[in-house]
Amino acid sequence: MKKFYHHIVQISGNVITVLAPNVPYYSLAEVVSDQGTSLAQVIRLDGDRVSLQVFAGSRGIATDSRVRFLGHPMRVSASANLLGRVFNGSGEPRDAGPPLSDNQIEIGGPSVNPSRRIVPRNMIRTGLPMIDLFNTLVESQKLPIFSSAGEPYNDLLARIAMQAEVDLILVGGMGLKYDDYLFFHQTLEKHGALSRSILFIHTASDPVVECLLVPDMALAVAEHFAVNENKRVLVLLTDMTNFCDAMKEIAITMEQIPSNRGYPGDLYSQLASRYEKAVDFEGAGSITVLAVTTMPGDDVTHPVPDNTGYITEGQFYLKQGRIEPFGSLSRLKQQVNDATRSDHRALMDTMIRLYADFREAQEKRAMGFRVSEWDTKLLKYGDLFEARMMDLSVNIPLEKALDLGWTTLAECFEPAETGIKSDLIAQYWPKAQ
Amino acid sequence: MVRKQYKKGKVVGVNGNMVSVRYETTVIQNEVAYVLTGNCRLKGEVIRVRGEEADLQIFEDTRDIKIGDGVEFSGELLSLQLGPGLLTKVFDGLQNPLPKLAEQAGFFLQRGLYLDPLDREQQWAFTPQVQVGAVVSAGDAVGTVPEGLFQHRIMVPFAWPGTWQVVWIAPTSYLTVDNVVARLSNGREERQMTMVQSWPVKIPIDAYRKKHLPVDPLVTQIRVIDTFFPVAKGGTFCVPGPFGAGKTVLQHSLSRYSEVDVVIMAACGERAGEVVEVLTEFPELEDPRTGRSLMDRTIIICNTSSMPVAARETSIYTSVTLAEYYRQMGLHVLLLADSTSRWAQALREMSGRLEEIPGEEAFPAYLETRIAGFYERAGLVELNDASFGSITIGGAVSPAGGNFEEPVTQGTLKVVGGFLGLSRDRANARRYPAINPLDSWSKYHPVVPSQKVRRARTVLQQGNDINQMMKVVGEEGTPVEDFTLFLKSEFLDSVYLQQNSFDAIDAACSAERQNYLFEKVLGVIEGQFDLASHGEARSFFQNLRQLFIDWHYTPWDSGEFRAAESRIDELLAAKRRS
Repeated sequence: MKKFYHHIVQISGNVITVLAPNVPYYSLAEVVSDQGTSLAQVIRLDGDRVSLQVFAGSRGIATDSRVRFLGHPMRVSASANLLGRVFNGSGEPRDAGPPLSDNQIEIGGPSVNPSRRIVPRNMIRTGLPMIDLFNTLVESQKLPIFSSAGEPYNDLLARIAMQAEVDLILVGGMGLKYDDYLFFHQTLEKHGALSRSILFIHTASDPVVECLLVPDMALAVAEHFAVNENKRVLVLLTDMTNFCDAMKEIAITMEQIPSNRGYPGDLYSQLASRYEKAVDFEGAGSITVLAVTTMPGDDVTHPVPDNTGYITEGQFYLKQGRIEPFGSLSRLKQQVNDATRSDHRALMDTMIRLYADFREAQEKRAMGFRVSEWDTKLLKYGDLFEARMMDLSVNIPLEKALDLGWTTLAECFEPAETGIKSDLIAQYWPKAQ
Repeated sequence: MVRKQYKKGKVVGVNGNMVSVRYETTVIQNEVAYVLTGNCRLKGEVIRVRGEEADLQIFEDTRDIKIGDGVEFSGELLSLQLGPGLLTKVFDGLQNPLPKLAEQAGFFLQRGLYLDPLDREQQWAFTPQVQVGAVVSAGDAVGTVPEGLFQHRIMVPFAWPGTWQVVWIAPTSYLTVDNVVARLSNGREERQMTMVQSWPVKIPIDAYRKKHLPVDPLVTQIRVIDTFFPVAKGGTFCVPGPFGAGKTVLQHSLSRYSEVDVVIMAACGERAGEVVEVLTEFPELEDPRTGRSLMDRTIIICNTSSMPVAARETSIYTSVTLAEYYRQMGLHVLLLADSTSRWAQALREMSGRLEEIPGEEAFPAYLETRIAGFYERAGLVELNDASFGSITIGGAVSPAGGNFEEPVTQGTLKVVGGFLGLSRDRANARRYPAINPLDSWSKYHPVVPSQKVRRARTVLQQGNDINQMMKVVGEEGTPVEDFTLFLKSEFLDSVYLQQNSFDAIDAACSAERQNYLFEKVLGVIEGQFDLASHGEARSFFQNLRQLFIDWHYTPWDSGEFRAAESRIDELLAAKRRS
């Protein structure tokens, strides 16, 4: 099997075609050219014509460059030695440490049998009232942060990662600016979380094929730790739109027929096979996936956020540095928010409903219509709500956030105006001093 | 059993999940074939033949397949095993029982592992229904076995042509599905039949006398559907909506509360987590009509988004074939497919691999005929023994960007009898179920007199118009008369169209209760009240709304029900214009 093949008959985009017999589909090869050695993956077999996607790009490959087939699909080393390390999309070290080769596992493995899944049941505390109180994050959830370029999405991601109670953090960076990579690395280091983190980073200047491998690498390692070492793993993926764009670039160079705005027809399935790796294993660990999806042109109907929304269990909208109360949704919150505190659900619904009324009152005022006494109360409430709940610098545990919610209501309204059930009012409404 | 003789072939090309094979003798379009690679046997289906090569779509990951790997052609179209024991089961798109797979393979699905969909050991209490000498034809029952709630009919295989005479019939006894239950002769040959028959998924079962026009409403116990946009037994409807509009919750409500005999849920390319909720909740929930667990009338076909795409395409056909099988027993079946857009995407992916000329948004040109072919398998049929069975199909559609002007939604609208469009605005305003009352339509008959429904819809339309106007002229610029009409339409919306699917009582509203409630609501929206100012009108309708919502939470025809009703009547009497 350790034989070299020299006869490259086609080079187009990042894909080369070499004549070779007996090659397993989807396996890896090493391509050696004057530019160095790169990994490549078999993506098409047609008789003895083998098409390979070259991870480092096809630049500098000659028609007689050497190709050696490894006979196995892409693998990644998964062991405790990875902790605190940084790798690129091919699994090679990006830091000063040695390359790792122990306990190699295949990436992109089969999906979990749906009948072995369990209903999620554990809340993940983040210290952000907009998440903990209003859109609770749940262990094994897959949740994207929808935002536009320029929003502090990586800061938010890093903050959640620092504060979330998990055993292991995996960062998958795709098309990151080098600064962003340094930011993640430094933030993890500063908070002493680097020793329980593993980073797979593809920066914007790296070969585009490696971008595609990053989520699979990170998720394969996550799966290993969750299943075999009972770890609760948090996987951060940023930015999934870059991942989709890489897919688009490759599909088009492969002359695939594009479906919607140039994206390949299997965009949904490709995203789903990654996001669906989020799971809670009965009797073992769990995988929670938080991803960033930047919306080109702030357009939620763009194919990437649109397909993502159909796959994930809710979404956080990040707008003007705040998590939007409308549109943001955690589909799994009702699995956990009945067990936190008896007033959680009622307070959550009431505060959002009143905030919606505030927006209407605000609009009314802006259009010059008469502002009633009720509207004045709402306007006061809305401002307090934005400062105490929506501001991302707020960092308080859920119980404090609930208490603060009651205080805010009491400062603005009479108990009856909130429409909360009387027994909860009796229990939680702050007593006059 | 004797091992079958397979026709052979060799792999000559691999592209994604499409494998090209050079075959030796002959090949049949859509026959099942297996690729032998390593120690796996990967199932596939012939989807194109060109010259000496056949293209297979493989239902599994194709990694490690090599040029020259052996292929076995089965000579049979992709078929299901039909027999007693299908109810309560969870299958993947190829009818593999998922819980049994988990027992063998653990947390993860294992490539190339296919298990028997039916329990071959279980003993069923067989009761013959015909005597020796009787003349039967395809679809006629020769006997029954009890399965859950029903007498499961053991039928002459649907593919057997002509008439047959019973030569021997098994006596009342406990038998497994593979035991011979009857021997039939058509004068030329004698055949044995067991409790199991196989049927190709892509061909509709037609062993019935004739199709009838669907007339009787299928009561879903969801007010906005039964009263405004009804569904008929044997009809079809679609539920398109953007993500987050409540498709899933609506589908779950339909599967729980619909008054039908069998519910088949096809989770086609959607989140696995949603199936898990059904799997965990249904066995615990009681079906109020029968007093048994809801799972007893349910089959789940589960090919979620991360499972192989080719099997997703098949899962829709698998579910409708199972529905047809139970329909043949004179049962009313509801098939809920979530989501048909994912199925269409699977068609698109394969079409792309075949390098077919793409249609709109790269969907294949035959998309519409495939959609029509699927929905046309619904219907109310008169069976050979003059009993009736029906299949009602409800398909969720997930249009890209929530825009209904896309090929799958448009292709579906042409062939369905009801359109329940979900709107993001209604969902954002927490008005659930978020079925848009102005855009949706249905061609079937509601559970309340349709004349009255038309009057109520007029009020909704007028209220909407006034609301539009108020955005320009403000509340104070609107006359009290108009403002009251607007409040009436809001009132109708919040106490009739909206329904709390998480409340044990409000979640299900019987046809009888709907009639009673609708009469009362109509009395309000067509009534004249003494309301002098905007403020007075608003608080009157707010109070009224609160009373109606409290009324919804009381059990039908109970003491609390009547008490809540009398509070409503008092308030109405106080303000009614004399």
